[in-house]
Amino acid sequence: MELNVLWFILVGVLFTGFFFLEGFDYGVGMLLPFLGRNDVERRVIINTIGPVWDGNEVWMITAGGAMFAAFPHVYATMFSGFYMALFLMLMALIVRGVAFEFRSKDESPVWRGTWDWMIFIGSVIPALLWGVAVTNLIKGVPINEKMIYVGTFFDLLSPYTLVGGLAFLLVFLFHGALYLTLKVEGEMIERVRSVALKGGALAAVVFLACVGLTYTNTDLFSSVLGGTALWGAVAAFVAGYAFTWLKKYGWGFAMSSLAIVLTTAGFFAGLFPRIMVSSLNSAWSLTVYNASSTPYTLKIMTFAALTLVPIVLAYQIWTYWVFRKRVTARDLEY
Amino acid sequence: MDEVLLARWQFGITSVYHFLFIPLTLGLSIMVAIMETMYVRTNNELYKKMTKFWGKLFLLNFAMGVVTGIVQEFHFGMNWSEYSRFMGDIFGAPLAMEALTAFFLESTFMGIWIFGWDRLSKGLHAACIWIVAFASNLSAFWILAANSFMQHPVGYAINNGRAEMTDFIALITNPYVAYQFPHTVLSGVVTAGIFVLAISAYHLLKGTHLEVFRTSFKFGLIWSIVGVLAVMGSGHLQTQYVAKAQPMKLAATEALWESADPAPFALAAVIDEKNQTNSFEIGVPGALTFLAHDSFKGEVKGIKELQAAAAAKYGPGNYIPDVTALFWSFRVMVIAGMIMAGVTLLCGLLWFKGKLEDYPIALKAMLLMLPLPYIANSAGWFVTEAGRQPWMVIGLQKVAQAASPNVTATEIWISLIGFTLLYGVLAVAAVFLAIKFIKQGPVDSKPNIPAAPVKGATLWN
Repeated sequence: MELNVLWFILVGVLFTGFFFLEGFDYGVGMLLPFLGRNDVERRVIINTIGPVWDGNEVWMITAGGAMFAAFPHVYATMFSGFYMALFLMLMALIVRGVAFEFRSKDESPVWRGTWDWMIFIGSVIPALLWGVAVTNLIKGVPINEKMIYVGTFFDLLSPYTLVGGLAFLLVFLFHGALYLTLKVEGEMIERVRSVALKGGALAAVVFLACVGLTYTNTDLFSSVLGGTALWGAVAAFVAGYAFTWLKKYGWGFAMSSLAIVLTTAGFFAGLFPRIMVSSLNSAWSLTVYNASSTPYTLKIMTFAALTLVPIVLAYQIWTYWVFRKRVTARDLEY
Repeated sequence: MDEVLLARWQFGITSVYHFLFIPLTLGLSIMVAIMETMYVRTNNELYKKMTKFWGKLFLLNFAMGVVTGIVQEFHFGMNWSEYSRFMGDIFGAPLAMEALTAFFLESTFMGIWIFGWDRLSKGLHAACIWIVAFASNLSAFWILAANSFMQHPVGYAINNGRAEMTDFIALITNPYVAYQFPHTVLSGVVTAGIFVLAISAYHLLKGTHLEVFRTSFKFGLIWSIVGVLAVMGSGHLQTQYVAKAQPMKLAATEALWESADPAPFALAAVIDEKNQTNSFEIGVPGALTFLAHDSFKGEVKGIKELQAAAAAKYGPGNYIPDVTALFWSFRVMVIAGMIMAGVTLLCGLLWFKGKLEDYPIALKAMLLMLPLPYIANSAGWFVTEAGRQPWMVIGLQKVAQAASPNVTATEIWISLIGFTLLYGVLAVAAVFLAIKFIKQGPVDSKPNIPAAPVKGATLWN
């Protein structure tokens, strides 16, 4: 396999891992102010993702780094083009990261309440913006012959991309609720289920609308692999909802995970060999060939990635094993 | 202000802020790991108390370092897209390697360490903080390897209008990084040492938690004395290398306008950049030559000659960095280092004689040292980065050519103001918490809340 193609797949895998893992911790963050009735419950909710959210976030940082190393033009075009969106996302991520650390360090209810809302804001904004960003990538944005984004921030906002943003947000919310059904205990599970069913119904509508608009707004479905994956994602989402209704939470979470994985895979498969589509002229799209690093750099990075990614996976899985038990009010030392 | 200048301000502000937290992370992670290891080996609760107390401050600092670090990664694409295009083939690799080898390790094992006190065996738990310490310092290596290319490009070829990597090994064995990495890591050691000493001194003065802070003070003393001497030595070696690799940076740092053999070392000077001369100067004759060459003979090239040479090689233009700012930043760094060395050695002597606590003035002096490593670290990075001007990558790309062509001044203003305000608010919050922890001292962990009986679902029901 050509290394350019391999790196397209690797970047796709990193983004898939990121949406799958951080998807549920964004979801948990969004639910925090609504599900936790008192301080102890809110701490239980935070501690379900406490040990893992930082490791999850590194999937995004690594995806960014990998794009820089393997497809520097994509990194340059996307990051300068989506400037204001990324600025907002960075502000949100900064606030979110410190909120986890600051939150429990002072007893004052105002202090705690403030940081809880910061976790909420810091989870909602990136989820929404990633949806907007990804749908823009597949729909196409104004990129000129020099690979430079020539639109404005508002060009990124269209009915389709806003639905895309909302779909990501709601699917992550559903995914996060299902994660919580596996991590909290007692009476809270029932409460989480009720939120998952309500939020999930809304998510189903918006997610279907997003897939439908993807059908009309992009050429993704002309790729057999892309189309199949996206329909598979819809089916997985519906199955996830049904399992939640039946209180089969493990299966529910597996299905919401599958829906996210298949959506991301479908987007990447439909894009190939393009990475960013130019809405001005299809010849100006950024592809795995015209936007990549040299074969030498790709070779070095391939050795590194193929050795290190399995190791990373192994110890991250081990983390989830260490913290496999449900979080109880006993575990609140932190 | 134009876009390039704004983008430079933004990079400067966010980098210096980020680097307020990094050195302490580098040094304190190792120190906490040693404390926990001593706890594991001796089973002495004192060391566990120390681990938890310093660990808490470490975590606060670590969190600030992590969140501000993401901004740094995004910067290159957002504000400096032409740099990313020109240099991506080389610069992206160490950043990706940092994420793969260090950042994943650091974040994952940090999470386990924070939440895993009751879930892992003692030894395994201590191993987690060692992994964090190792990964933090490895992360510094990758970033410095990337930065070193900008200071001193190696292992590349220019093809199709961009820099392409030809030798990865050359990139990571760049002699520049071989000098820069030890100096940076050692500055982290000193920062952690002074941090621990100053806070311990505070409690020793107040007479609170004496056992913990006497032991911590001893840790900090050994740590700082070794660190401060080593950081001076490594700084000297780095300066000698800069003399060879970046003569313009050295000349500007010394405000040496005319080439001289032997060259004096200016202790203080009134610099007249407009007329390219120093209107007043106190110097030590021959000392700069000695610093650069380890001998009292040898030429040090002056700014004017280097400017003429650069103009001949790269075309007309101004190749002189900000001489006044560099000159004074360098002196601030060196003087801060000397004061830290003096006070630390003095306290070490008093400690050795068992008289430290009889001299509250020595402890008060130690407490006052707390800002110095931060000042020295920031000044040091200022010399490194401002001394690179007007180049983004020395000899290959100028800063003015590196900026994003499609990002407007308004956008940079908004993000510049946004980051600055947010960083300001977070600094207040972090300092508030740090002061609270410090005043509180080590506490026994809270009694656990008895849990409700576990009913309900198992994972796969």
